[in-house]
Amino acid sequence: MEENQKELPVIARFEVRRRAYLAPDGTILRDLPDFATDQNLVVAMYRGMALARAFDLKAVSLQRTGRLGTYATSLGQEAVAVGIASAMRPEDVLLPSYRDNAALLWRGVTMDDILLFWGGDERGSRWSGPVDDFPFCIPVGSQAPHAAGVAYAFKYRKQARAAVCILGDGATSKGDVWEAMNFAGVCRLPVLFLVNNNQWAISVPLRLQTASQTLAQKAIAAGFPGEQVDGNDVIAVRAAADEAIASARAGEGPRLIEAVTYRLGDHTTADDASRYRSTEEVQQRWKEEPIARLRNYLVSRMNWSKADEEKITTECEQKVTAAIEHYLATSPRLPETMFDHLYARLPSAYAGQRREIEDLNA
Amino acid sequence: MPEVTLVDAINLALARALTDHPDVVVFGEDVGVNGGVFRATAGLQQRFGAERVFDAPLSEALIGGLCVGMAAQGLKPVGEIQFMGFLYPCIDQLVNHASRLRNRTQGRLSCPMVLRTPHGAGIRAPEHHSEATEAMLAHIPGLRVVVPSAPERAYGLLLAAIRDPDPVVFLEPTRIYRAVKGDVEDTGEGLPLDIAFVIREGHDVTLISWGAMVKDTLEAADEVAAEGIDAEVIDLATLKPYDEQTILDSIAKTGRCVIVHEAARTGGFGAEIAALIAERGLLSLLAPVMRVTGYDTVIPLPRLERQYMPSVARIVAAVRKTCKFS
Repeated sequence: MEENQKELPVIARFEVRRRAYLAPDGTILRDLPDFATDQNLVVAMYRGMALARAFDLKAVSLQRTGRLGTYATSLGQEAVAVGIASAMRPEDVLLPSYRDNAALLWRGVTMDDILLFWGGDERGSRWSGPVDDFPFCIPVGSQAPHAAGVAYAFKYRKQARAAVCILGDGATSKGDVWEAMNFAGVCRLPVLFLVNNNQWAISVPLRLQTASQTLAQKAIAAGFPGEQVDGNDVIAVRAAADEAIASARAGEGPRLIEAVTYRLGDHTTADDASRYRSTEEVQQRWKEEPIARLRNYLVSRMNWSKADEEKITTECEQKVTAAIEHYLATSPRLPETMFDHLYARLPSAYAGQRREIEDLNA
Repeated sequence: MPEVTLVDAINLALARALTDHPDVVVFGEDVGVNGGVFRATAGLQQRFGAERVFDAPLSEALIGGLCVGMAAQGLKPVGEIQFMGFLYPCIDQLVNHASRLRNRTQGRLSCPMVLRTPHGAGIRAPEHHSEATEAMLAHIPGLRVVVPSAPERAYGLLLAAIRDPDPVVFLEPTRIYRAVKGDVEDTGEGLPLDIAFVIREGHDVTLISWGAMVKDTLEAADEVAAEGIDAEVIDLATLKPYDEQTILDSIAKTGRCVIVHEAARTGGFGAEIAALIAERGLLSLLAPVMRVTGYDTVIPLPRLERQYMPSVARIVAAVRKTCKFS
């Protein structure tokens, strides 16, 4: 810094804090929040993560055997989705991205709905989760303005609800994400931007996305708090989400949480991550993964046994198997139904096209 | 009946919608205190409050996306993009979200939003302020695209757009915001969307246009009337989905057609209409369908914009040519 600049007064200072409770081996780093001693809740969170992982494994094998289209797993990131979803109330609105299945499942979307969508059938979109939740967004970050719009509606109607938008690290490079955060700050909207920082946007590492020290600090420029959490520590994600959602509901404005995790799998089944990152790196990151971490905590603090764990594993596998059977038995979709939800009522201009496809397939 | 300008008719319709329905919110850049750069929202914030009529940050993608989020929650957002040249950052929202939210959720969520923006050239404005790229929007399945051409229709069509359960882009003809006046009674009655208006009946040739060019097309029709050519003029009004039958009925009657639009020719909406006539009206035709359009150039800065746009003289020349063809 130039000598004369040092004489200029400092007009703003900012801090970014990082939250973590559980070390990778499950040991406790600082005083736990109250909910972390509620064994039923912690086991439910474990089950949520285990179910998402079991589902991912089966979905990939379905894809590999030609019974599912391209699929994006959330391997290694289950704590982010479960941490956030478990902090939400049913009346809050989730605006997820395509790698947040654990959150969808927690919110009540069924596995066969998800399979149906990735299996190439729109009927999977008419899902069984909360009626106001948004479908997972595929154009990265473009759901952030929707979250601001949903939150504006809550504020306008004086409803104590929160919009929760899950974004990836790549999304923070996008202008529309910034536009949404900026507006949320201006209007103090009840919205939480959860950045699932898994280090990779397909093949592009975080250091090529941003020169920012953290992604959490992007909130500061928008005029609201941002914090970083250990995204492989479900207790930390949940605790930060609890505070952020409570703040939103209380009319105290938006928050951003950067959950630092790691994408242990490929971007999708169409990707081969060995082209751009080393197996050593991935192996190293496996040591920090969230499910083993929570299991270590359950074993050491809640007297969890091998049998408790196996019971959940079996239960999850059975659920996944049943969902797959249901998915594979889905009746074919009638081609003319592609017109059914284009408009509230199909304009007469397109009735002929609908008839054409109906006749061709009669 | 009170005679008002087109921009006043827009203002009346917005005020009526805000009065009738508490879920209507109006926003965009400078729409609040300033009442919009064209004053389309003048006085609305004062009347309806800053929660319902507000200034958005300078963020066009946000404006489009806010509409989607609000609409999914059951509000009736009316967003404004200040000029059509600044619409493009929110094309992503229109193509990827607004137009397909209903389909993407198989009817669980819908997107009853309106995005208004001034359309077209002819006001000696700077670069990017004269765009007419409606054909791009009319190519998006799930969207409605409406372009009024007179105050009385602007009022009714905007009310209908706001009440419509699906997303509507409402293109306002900048050049005739104040250049045309019409009788508008603030009755709260909407006009049907998806309907073309036959605004001048005739038997010799069908002239089809929309937006600001309708005014020039009517003038051309008057001019050729003096030569004994009886032209029918159709204001297409809704480009997506458009009213095929009114066009085909008119062609069946006249056998001749001139399509007038200020947008560039190639891939313009005139090409769609010409294709419709070729497919379903060919045997009625007595002459080739003609188009009078802007050129396939970048729309020039103001000194040449008059030369770029279809003039009454160019329309008249095309009408004469098509009527002489045998």
